[in-house]
Amino acid sequence: MTDEKKVGPAEAVEQPAVEQSPENVPAPTNEVRTIGERQGMFGVSGTGDTSGYGGLVAPVVYPAAAERPYGGWFDAVADGLDPLIDAVVLHRGEITFHISAGNLLAAVKLLRDDPKLRFELCAGVSGVHYPADTGREMHAVYSFLSMTFNRRIRVEVSVPDAAPTLPSICSVYPAADWHEREAFDMFGLVFEGHPALTRILMPDDWPGHPQRKDYPLGGIPVEYKGGTIPPPDQRRSYS
Amino acid sequence: MSTTEDFYAGSSETSDGKVFTVSGQDWDEIAAGLGEDGGDAQERVVVNMGPQHPSTHGVLRLILELEGETVTEARCGIGYLHTGIEKNMEYRSWVQGTTFCTRMDYLSPFFNEMTYVLGVERLLDIEDDIPEKATVMRVLLMELNRISSHLVCIATGGMEIGALTVMTIGFRERELVLDLFELITGLRMNHAFIRPGGVAQDLPPGALDEIRSFIALMKKRLPEYAALCNANPIFKARLVDVGHLDLEGCLALGLTGPVLRSTGYPWDLRKTDPYCGYETYDFDVQTWDTADSYGRFRVRLNEMWESLKIIEQAADRLAKMEGEPVMVADKKIAWPSQLAIGSDGMGNSLDHIRHIMGESMEALIHHFKLVTEGFRVPAGQAYVPIESPRGELGAHVVSDGGTRPFRAHFRDPSFNNLQAMGVMSEGSMIADVIVAIASIDPVMGGVDR
Repeated sequence: MTDEKKVGPAEAVEQPAVEQSPENVPAPTNEVRTIGERQGMFGVSGTGDTSGYGGLVAPVVYPAAAERPYGGWFDAVADGLDPLIDAVVLHRGEITFHISAGNLLAAVKLLRDDPKLRFELCAGVSGVHYPADTGREMHAVYSFLSMTFNRRIRVEVSVPDAAPTLPSICSVYPAADWHEREAFDMFGLVFEGHPALTRILMPDDWPGHPQRKDYPLGGIPVEYKGGTIPPPDQRRSYS
Repeated sequence: MSTTEDFYAGSSETSDGKVFTVSGQDWDEIAAGLGEDGGDAQERVVVNMGPQHPSTHGVLRLILELEGETVTEARCGIGYLHTGIEKNMEYRSWVQGTTFCTRMDYLSPFFNEMTYVLGVERLLDIEDDIPEKATVMRVLLMELNRISSHLVCIATGGMEIGALTVMTIGFRERELVLDLFELITGLRMNHAFIRPGGVAQDLPPGALDEIRSFIALMKKRLPEYAALCNANPIFKARLVDVGHLDLEGCLALGLTGPVLRSTGYPWDLRKTDPYCGYETYDFDVQTWDTADSYGRFRVRLNEMWESLKIIEQAADRLAKMEGEPVMVADKKIAWPSQLAIGSDGMGNSLDHIRHIMGESMEALIHHFKLVTEGFRVPAGQAYVPIESPRGELGAHVVSDGGTRPFRAHFRDPSFNNLQAMGVMSEGSMIADVIVAIASIDPVMGGVDR
């Protein structure tokens, strides 16, 4: 372990999301990641809305790409991966490398084998479905840990919903085996080169991929003392 | 084709070979059946163990290919306890999320809550605003929980190899920890006690005395496990060199926790990436150098002593913090009301109800908004892993700026570590498979979520 200190939220170059809505950003420093918009306020629209707040439209803005210097050891890792990175996001002291599906395998090989990087452990793969992120709806989010340097990074790969394929990293990190199967099971992400990409949590003959946003939660209304309570996904929600 | 009649499991036709429904004491029938049709008894046998086998820690299905009693190939079938908790969390507020995730790994509920809450707090950017008392209470509860979880691991592991006394005393001590949980949180399991911003409730009066007497009792009882097991020739014969997995294997397969530490590598997130002020407590990372089931048992046993040390320090700190807040001061996040004991049992604090119903309409509006709608969490993602009794447990929390988690994914150590089942047990005897799995300590609630 080195003497290098972990960069906490205070030292890192922080770029909070709230002030980054398009009208608040002074100059086009970076592309602001606006994914979809949020309408209304109390989950009521149309004639039921007597407050007028139902007409509110607010963009959903995610933390934008950061620019160098990132601060602390972040730059060292970015140097090691440099040509393979699409974008770097710093948020709350955590660093995310956005890497295209084509570069993923080369990048993770570097992460594991480069003596300056040494990310020994792949902590897992988590799928996220952003239906409003047109053209890159399906995200696979990897977490890597370097025990030598005590560093933790996140790698994010986004692929279109129409062709949700990306390379499997099982050949480099065998630990990703079940995690990739879970992401396939839940999101339909197809990891090419996986030794046996089958369902893992749902039954083998299950239709659909349950954790996608377009997959309903299911559930039945519950009757209690004459009143009926709809299932959670059909109740009024606060947008 | 099966030739056996069974009322519960019907016979089935298959193209892959003969299927036998085994219910015990029928090996002769199988041997005779294998000999039929010109086949010989040397044919490979694939055995489904579980999902309801008493030795598989819940509903885990093992698919073992056997040659005699030697396992030539081993695979896991999981998913029998999948409850869709992650999906359900997307339809509840951020605070309600703790109620769901506490049920994942049911032996370490506080750790599930903690990693989720730390992720939410990081997104809210209130990590530095959590009151000191809440942090110390979280540490206290987590370390008590580590003891109860390790006790179950040692108890069930002992039971599976026939050491029934280890099982009975293990559950005896665990019950003491659950009594403490009940005293502090009101529930033995599924607490939902750690909330974004702090903890749900202050320590009840008398809790510190109970904790101190528990520590005193545990110091007398923990040596019993060492006396029963550490040098017991039968225990050692079953555990030593079984389920061997060295450091390279652990890192390649992503194993953390006692399995990794049994290889001699002192990796513990409480030391390497401290959260909740663990750097201010005096404790050691326990390791062993044998990389086998016995080493993992000893690591767990020693870790319980270390947890006791931390609990002692936390109790001392709490004694000086009487009356301090346990919830963040930001009224836009903090749960508005506290519970109180009334004439009809525990319920909402009457003072609070008087305040919102009789004194302040704004307080009523505020209470209503926070409870029904909840607070908004800035868009982004966070991953704050913690050291659970089984290894690195982390929640990947994604927010779109709304009042509900956009996605909450739990990197459960049991799920990851169970991948090592095959490499730990292939080539060993079938009885060693059980020991190897017990040494991973998988909890199916966490594996399947």
